[in-house]
Amino acid sequence: MSDGWASAISEFFIAYPLLLAFVKSVLLAVALLIYVAYVILADRKIWAAVQLRRGPNVVGPWGLLQSFADFIKFALKEPVIPDVANKGVFLFAPFIMATLSIAAWAVIPVADGWAVGDINVGILYIFALSSLGVYGVIMGGWASNSKYPFLSALRSAAQMVSYEVSIGFVIITVLLCAGSLNLTDIVNAQDTSYGMAGWYWLRLFPMFVIFFVSALAETNRPPFDLVEAESELVAGFMIEYSATPYVLFMLAEYVAIVTMCALLTILFFGGWLPPISIAPFTYVPGVIWFTLKVSFFFFFFAMVKAFVPRYRYDQLMRLGWKVFLPISLAMVVIVAAVLQFWPAGPAGS
Amino acid sequence: MQAVFFYLFATTMIASAGVVIFARNPVHSVLFLILAFCNGAGLFLLAGAEFLAMILIVVYVGAVAVLFLFVVMMLDVDFAELKQGFIKYLPVGVAVGVVVLAELGMVAIGWSSAPSAADAVANPMIPQMSNTAALGQILYTKYVIFFQASALVLLTAMIGAIVLTLHHKPNIKRQKIEEQNARTRENVIEIKKVPFRTGV
Repeated sequence: MSDGWASAISEFFIAYPLLLAFVKSVLLAVALLIYVAYVILADRKIWAAVQLRRGPNVVGPWGLLQSFADFIKFALKEPVIPDVANKGVFLFAPFIMATLSIAAWAVIPVADGWAVGDINVGILYIFALSSLGVYGVIMGGWASNSKYPFLSALRSAAQMVSYEVSIGFVIITVLLCAGSLNLTDIVNAQDTSYGMAGWYWLRLFPMFVIFFVSALAETNRPPFDLVEAESELVAGFMIEYSATPYVLFMLAEYVAIVTMCALLTILFFGGWLPPISIAPFTYVPGVIWFTLKVSFFFFFFAMVKAFVPRYRYDQLMRLGWKVFLPISLAMVVIVAAVLQFWPAGPAGS
Repeated sequence: MQAVFFYLFATTMIASAGVVIFARNPVHSVLFLILAFCNGAGLFLLAGAEFLAMILIVVYVGAVAVLFLFVVMMLDVDFAELKQGFIKYLPVGVAVGVVVLAELGMVAIGWSSAPSAADAVANPMIPQMSNTAALGQILYTKYVIFFQASALVLLTAMIGAIVLTLHHKPNIKRQKIEEQNARTRENVIEIKKVPFRTGV
């Protein structure tokens, strides 16, 4: 009986592929947003723990419902739109930012075959969307028609464009090793008999570090949060935003952080693969491994925020252009040369 | 389905290209230019050229248009002054437009594809090969000279831009990173025992 139902459902969805994509997208988006709600809470809790505070602990047991309470509070507030703002662009900026950051998840495989769209150019798609993320910041900063948001938007745009370059080169080295732009293929290329030691984080360790630091800069996280350096720019490009538009900016920021953690997981940490491919580990479903790895990287994002002081702007630019760019460019040449002349070597699969 | 999306992308692209010209605010023009780029990428996707679509977004929308937006936002354009000479310059503008249109028309009429292109259409790429791999194979074998030449043109442009904007100002205070990194505890901190009520 249940078998009949299952086959009927699968036949129905094969007949309507768009409906299937829609259902998958909704499920993924809901799971992602709930995950992000707890990521925000974890961020605050970890930060508090480092500073010997308790963090949010009032709403729900251990403060577990804090993010939802915050959301309801913001959603019920009145959105204040400045009189001199360019209203259309002002309201469009947070929407575009939130949409783009969530859209990146369309191609991320959370387990083997569990991707809404398993496209051939998956990694380029994510790269393209993350390069579009800068528009939300510039549009928001410009449309506010106020000095601090504008300054902050310019800073942020320059920062994001600079670090995208080194992220691009890091991605190229991984692509050279994996031989594909498809995210599923990249993870499968890391599925060697060495388990965890076969993943790219070990083989491409310098690139792994550069990607992590660039991801911090790309998502405007501390120590590179010059966009909202409170002591200089009040609250960055979102000073004039309140209520729901502000929530959308916040949401976009954290979704982008989770996306970067997911990219780290896929490119360097074997995606959904278990750390050791022997019995007890292989029973755990891939999606659990994926979530654990993403959470592991998020923990580092939160710890960096807690204990690294903010960079100065010229130091940030120097790090991006004069340190990361030459190193990653050299690594592209080195990895390509190794693959060409020693295909069975450590860089190959 | 494909046709619906084609008309959607095509009409949005043409409409937004029109708005680029007619918008009063230059920032709005750039934003609609970006919309036109995105729709162009959508058309590439429909044609099955997913690599080109993504590269269009990364290069044009993610980098070039950001610079446009930067420049346009920083400019303080006076629209009344800009519109003043409109009638005076109209004949010249129309003349230039007509010349360009005529040239484009001549190119379009006299268009002929290379004979090898017809071969390529007759023998499409291997179905298993992805778009990206096929493009890479032809770009780095058959057209490698053109590829390198265009890279050299870009390099020249880059060096030109740097030469134009780089000014070595004297008397500017700069932090020397190697000096900062060479600082150690021993040569920076001096620990003194201060006797009580006498000072250093």
